[in-house]
Amino acid sequence: MAVRVQEADFDVGAELEALTSGNRRIGGLAVFVGLVREMHVREGLHRDRIDALTLEHYPGMTEKALEDIEAEAQQRWPLEATLIVHRHGRLEAGDRIVLVAVGSPHREAAFEACEFLVDWLKTKAPFWKLEETPAGEKWVAAHEGDDAAAARWEKAPK
Amino acid sequence: MKVRYFAWMKRTVGFADEEISPPADVRTVGDLVVWLRGRSAGHAEALAEGAAFGAAVDQRTATFDVPIGGAREVAFFPPFTGG
Repeated sequence: MAVRVQEADFDVGAELEALTSGNRRIGGLAVFVGLVREMHVREGLHRDRIDALTLEHYPGMTEKALEDIEAEAQQRWPLEATLIVHRHGRLEAGDRIVLVAVGSPHREAAFEACEFLVDWLKTKAPFWKLEETPAGEKWVAAHEGDDAAAARWEKAPK
Repeated sequence: MKVRYFAWMKRTVGFADEEISPPADVRTVGDLVVWLRGRSAGHAEALAEGAAFGAAVDQRTATFDVPIGGAREVAFFPPFTGG
């Protein structure tokens, strides 16, 4: 059960090995790796290629928010191991940006909890993307689809 | 009390944080927003009515009705875009 926010890259194989090592109750490990993708944004008549971005975050709150999300996943599913590693700073297209790994005795819980964690961290953890375009820097706007994805997991009020 | 600004709000206000001592009738996050608007044109623009931003009190997400009495740190930021 761990949350890390760091500037450095991570080694997926080494992270998964460390996460599952010594725990024989894990029957399934679901893993999500987010990458910075090359994007093309239309600005008027121009089409700009974005090939780098800077991720700003709120040190202190970020870790708390990710731990809250992790705790929520552990309440909802029978999980043996969880790991969230999120990078910040300047990242280029193709770079790894986030790792979410969830181990459970059974695959259904691992898949569901992994998707839940990714959906919630996008809308509940304080990160902001600043894109570099040939025309200058541009803050990324929140995506409505992300809110809808996160809302799928909201529990109906009692 | 420390107030912090993130992403484009930091650029609009002109700095990342400031120490403030609001009057006693500034009781909630919403009261603080209204009070901060009077500090500069940058504040007024960043915290304008209708602007899309959220807040945190002592590093926990907070709605505008949350009291700020005793808080050490209040932050304002645009919607999150991580992941």
